[in-house]
Amino acid sequence: MSHLPILPVVIPLGAAALLLVLHGIGSAGKRIVSLVSVLALAAVAVALLWSASEGPIQVYRLGDWPAPYGIVIVLDRLAALMVALTAALALPVVLAATSGADTRGRHFHALLQLQIAGLSGAFLTGDLFNLFVFFEILLLASYGLLLHGGGLARARAGLAYVILNLVGSALFLIALGLLYGTLGTLNMADVATVLPLVAAQDQALVKTAAALLVAVFLLKAALLPLGFWLPHVYTAACLPVAVLFVIMTKVGVYALLRVSLTGFAAAPFTADLLQPWLPWLAIGTIAVGAVGALAADRLAMVVANVVLMSSGTLLLGVATSSIEATTAALYYLVHTTIVTAALFLLVDALARQRGALADSLGKGPRLASLMALGTAYLLLAVAASGAPPLSGLIGKLMVMQSLAGTGTGPAAWGALLVSGLVVALVLARAASAFFWEPGTADNAAPPASRASTGTRGLWLALILMLAVTPVLTLAAGPIAGYARATARELAAREAYVTAVLGMRATIERERRP
Amino acid sequence: MEALVSLGIGLLTACGLYLVLRPSTFSVVLGLTLLSYAVNTLIFFGGRLNATAPPLMLPGSSGHADPLPQALVLTAIVIGFGMTAYLVALALRAKGESGTDHVDAAEDR
Repeated sequence: MSHLPILPVVIPLGAAALLLVLHGIGSAGKRIVSLVSVLALAAVAVALLWSASEGPIQVYRLGDWPAPYGIVIVLDRLAALMVALTAALALPVVLAATSGADTRGRHFHALLQLQIAGLSGAFLTGDLFNLFVFFEILLLASYGLLLHGGGLARARAGLAYVILNLVGSALFLIALGLLYGTLGTLNMADVATVLPLVAAQDQALVKTAAALLVAVFLLKAALLPLGFWLPHVYTAACLPVAVLFVIMTKVGVYALLRVSLTGFAAAPFTADLLQPWLPWLAIGTIAVGAVGALAADRLAMVVANVVLMSSGTLLLGVATSSIEATTAALYYLVHTTIVTAALFLLVDALARQRGALADSLGKGPRLASLMALGTAYLLLAVAASGAPPLSGLIGKLMVMQSLAGTGTGPAAWGALLVSGLVVALVLARAASAFFWEPGTADNAAPPASRASTGTRGLWLALILMLAVTPVLTLAAGPIAGYARATARELAAREAYVTAVLGMRATIERERRP
Repeated sequence: MEALVSLGIGLLTACGLYLVLRPSTFSVVLGLTLLSYAVNTLIFFGGRLNATAPPLMLPGSSGHADPLPQALVLTAIVIGFGMTAYLVALALRAKGESGTDHVDAAEDR
């Protein structure tokens, strides 16, 4: 049994412990520990991606207890992809944080590493209760990171975010209690085995538990009635943190995809749980995001609403559980995570050159690095709005193609096209304020204190993300191929169940009364 | 007995939800505490109510109580406790910065 699958959890967890123990090593030392950890995570993520795409599903049994009694870590293509995305965001976040954000509080890097550990764990675990525990780890770290830097706006957004997520955790636990009470197991593969055998009088209870679970994941994914927290939280957080938060909505999408395809699709009474309401709510989410983007007065708020819209687009793909739709959703997920994260980094770089105006949409001083920022902005805006020729267009086309012929197809097409136009409009309007209408010479020089504190890390992070963005288009074929293989693997539930549980006949079950 | 326990859990949940929806952070914290009690009891009774089942595997014993809900509920209690402590600290901080106990701290009421 190779120890590779557990490493994405162990490395950041170890780094976090190290950072807490060595809290006296100064900010340079902390940065080095943090950077080494995310580099190691990136290397492991590449290895995982490689081994997941080559070989069969790998199962890591903690304490070598066989599933379903012990807890398992399951490495399949989907988990490997999500861990790789986490690693791809973690490196720029640490780099960007070295440009001043991490010195505003004492334990920034430790919290960051804990959050990365929680994210990787949530993506890798094959057990529902363990999923809850990793959710709590990543949420607790995110509470700390959100408040990093202090201030009333953060305290206020943080209070709402913490209360909302605590209620979400309570719902999660209720769902788990009901599921365990009726099914007698919380292992995802075992749930898929037991679900078709549930007695008729218990089916309503199991369905309720499943619905509660879906509601919790949709809260994390910020679907329409549960998603109003997102823009406030993402804009209140300091910007490197917002970059990492981009993947937090994707945790909800991932969990929904995993639980609905691996678990709920196994039995007829839970298979149609997401239909027909989820596509409509997803379209509503896109509409709310579009209105939010039009009404935004800060560029960060625009990007936060783009995240909201991308959540809606992804859930459109998840709701339609065909292989094409899952493939499209996965490709779009990779694209939107990278591009919106890069946009948040760009907002940070822009805001630093505009002095007190920061990222508010309006005329400002002439930017010090107009050409570099303008080019980066053009690239990311084209990708984010889904205009040709970049990956946004490919992703949206794939989603639209997979939805053709479904009942909600026309409405979804309309929402995707109009929202793309709105994003293009808003970003173009912002560009004219930032780059083409410089103010008078009086406010041309930004305060030296903000501009001159070394922004090398931030630029390095931005360049890294900008280099990846065209790769999403150039390597669209291989990425879509990987996404299709992932979708096929998810649809072939039997292979997953056999990999986790081995020979089915050997499982001894106690009788539930 | 089952009906009584279910009613108790339901009552706790209802009170918790009512308090969570109140506008002051103090009530919200109390509400979340009640809610987590309700949740913990629910998980605990996922292992069924049985007064005569032995808690341990003894030689010759059969029909022992399900040990897993106890392990689950311990984890849930610890996490819930930590979260509540954090929420209290956060509520105090928000009150310190804004001077009010209202959940929308920026609006003066």
